[in-house]
Amino acid sequence: MHKFLKIVLQIFNYSLFMGVVWYFSLYPAYHQLDENQAMITFTLGHVGKHVQECRRMTQEELLKLAPNMRKPMDCTRERSPITMELQMDGKVIYNKTAPPLGLFKDQGIDIYQNIKVPAGKHHLLVWINDDIKVKGPTYRLEQDISLKPEQHMIIEFNSSAGKFIIK
Amino acid sequence: MSYINPVKRAYLALENWFNISFGNDWNPLYHLGTLAFFFFWVIFVSGLYLFIFFDTSLSGAYASVEYMTHEQWYAAGVMRSLHRYASDAVVLTIILHMFREFSLDRYRGFRWFSWITGVPNLWFVVTLGITGYWLVWDELALFVAIKSSQLMDALPFLPASMSRNFLESQINDRFFTLMGFLHLLGQPVFLAFALWIHVKRLSDVSIIAPRGLAIGSFVALLVLSLLAPAVSHEAADLAKTPAVLNIDWFYLNIYPLLDNWSSGEVWVLTIGITVFLMLMPWLPPKKTGPAAEVHLQECNGCEQCAMDCPFDAISVQARTDGARWEHEVVVLEHLCAACGICVGSCHSSNPFRHAREKLVTGIDMPQQPINDIREHVTAAIDSLEGENKIIIFGCDNAIDFAGLKSSNIAVVSYFCAGMIPPTMIEYALKLGADGVFITGCRTGDCYYRHGNRWFDERFAGSRQPILRKRADRRRIHIFRAAETDCKKLRKELAYFEDSLAKLKREAANTGEADHA
Repeated sequence: MHKFLKIVLQIFNYSLFMGVVWYFSLYPAYHQLDENQAMITFTLGHVGKHVQECRRMTQEELLKLAPNMRKPMDCTRERSPITMELQMDGKVIYNKTAPPLGLFKDQGIDIYQNIKVPAGKHHLLVWINDDIKVKGPTYRLEQDISLKPEQHMIIEFNSSAGKFIIK
Repeated sequence: MSYINPVKRAYLALENWFNISFGNDWNPLYHLGTLAFFFFWVIFVSGLYLFIFFDTSLSGAYASVEYMTHEQWYAAGVMRSLHRYASDAVVLTIILHMFREFSLDRYRGFRWFSWITGVPNLWFVVTLGITGYWLVWDELALFVAIKSSQLMDALPFLPASMSRNFLESQINDRFFTLMGFLHLLGQPVFLAFALWIHVKRLSDVSIIAPRGLAIGSFVALLVLSLLAPAVSHEAADLAKTPAVLNIDWFYLNIYPLLDNWSSGEVWVLTIGITVFLMLMPWLPPKKTGPAAEVHLQECNGCEQCAMDCPFDAISVQARTDGARWEHEVVVLEHLCAACGICVGSCHSSNPFRHAREKLVTGIDMPQQPINDIREHVTAAIDSLEGENKIIIFGCDNAIDFAGLKSSNIAVVSYFCAGMIPPTMIEYALKLGADGVFITGCRTGDCYYRHGNRWFDERFAGSRQPILRKRADRRRIHIFRAAETDCKKLRKELAYFEDSLAKLKREAANTGEADHA
């Protein structure tokens, strides 16, 4: 084959290869949200309440223990599962019951959940139950919110403050 | 013609297309491994340059990348684009490399080790690219960081949630130092080690792409970098979820799955694909023939076979049989590919030796000993009739030549063209063959890596054992082609027959009655 034609073909082949490299390095574009959608992230890092009430130990019982073991409260290790729910305009958009982690079910859980929602004004209700001995929510928040398209709203349960925070 | 599956047929056609424009020496499909190494060099050098200007801080990372991209577009901007596109080219090259080995059935049998050690390299490369995307700290980086963290959270051994790090100002400069360390040092060291393991069972490994191919690839990368410079998305903002992201599908292809699948399901998919790829050499397995055997009484420890073995399956040790030679060779059976190249390397494979008794060579293949080959060649030439007696020495892994047998054409098969001792060619000519026609894999694409190369060097007299000068080269024809090139083979053979007839006529005209 003529040398010039070979070079032309080489240029074509290089262009084809680099064309594939360029295209798939950018396209097809990934549509994370539809038009006029926003994102809510519901998150918590929390340890449920003990499944049984703690009992205050008597003085006699404490004296029978080694000095370094003398804790005033006697608690079982197992923690309650955590039930959580997010409602928007009266409709449940997220609901989950997460069991405690660990071999002895004594660990907390971490939740990080993305939920796509329509932008606009909404009425939000969020609650969790972290105590198996209590029926219904142990913490709740009800609030009107306004979401812009592409807005990322974080609804976090702050365990140390014991309340929901919306950012 | 033997059956060739459609995948292999299509792949061979693609290689043929590249042979037309690049020629066999520069065909990129024959150099995918070295090409990947070349792209790594581009990534390394461009990465070093970028690191000079990169600010490893939360507030400065994005701004420094923007400075490089826009203010210093002519240097750092081009370097960034080279870094980005060479990284993508590496993944594409690796995918092509894997597809090639699969379609040509070069991933099973003795090649299992190279295949399964190659699969984790893809992981190392992809994770290296992912940490690279974090460093830009734009919207895409935040997306990748959060999605990666969600994937990590599904792993049972992590004590705390990674995703929740991205809620508040828990990301700090230290995070960028850590990512910088991982991307610049930690992961590349692991990758280099994994690549070393990957080629561990090969001898004479080349990691340098042919100069012409390297120059062409670099120019192509440079042109792409100038035409479509790599740019960032907007700066990372926790309060915003961009609706559209231009993600790099070479590296970030699993993340969109998280929209509909849980992290656990994505892990099952990726680990499942990885395990499947690693099990492929045994689905079904391919049997490798018996390993080569050393016959010490005929071995003088010259080490030529050890130098020629393409898979490092022959080692040299001190003599154990009390013979006067210093060394002897030992075959490492678990590494032997049964290619027979060592037989072609051995001086003792000379068929002119021990003409009246059994021919024993220093290293031999038990399934096709050199003595059997000599007997086969002798009987085949004796049976030939007609004007132009031709014997074909054919490579089993190249074109199917069995159908060419006729009254004036005999065929003898070898495991590889490199298995043919040069003296066997002389032997065939001496015995009465008018010509020797040798088939082999396409130039640059030997099934056993070096068979064609060693054959050519022996033919040219630059590698032992040499084809002596007195062997009439005009009566020896080398033809290399893919399995699909049957028409070419017949055409080439007819051409060789014509040239032999012409030679005879010339000899008759010049009074040479007997060309032998």
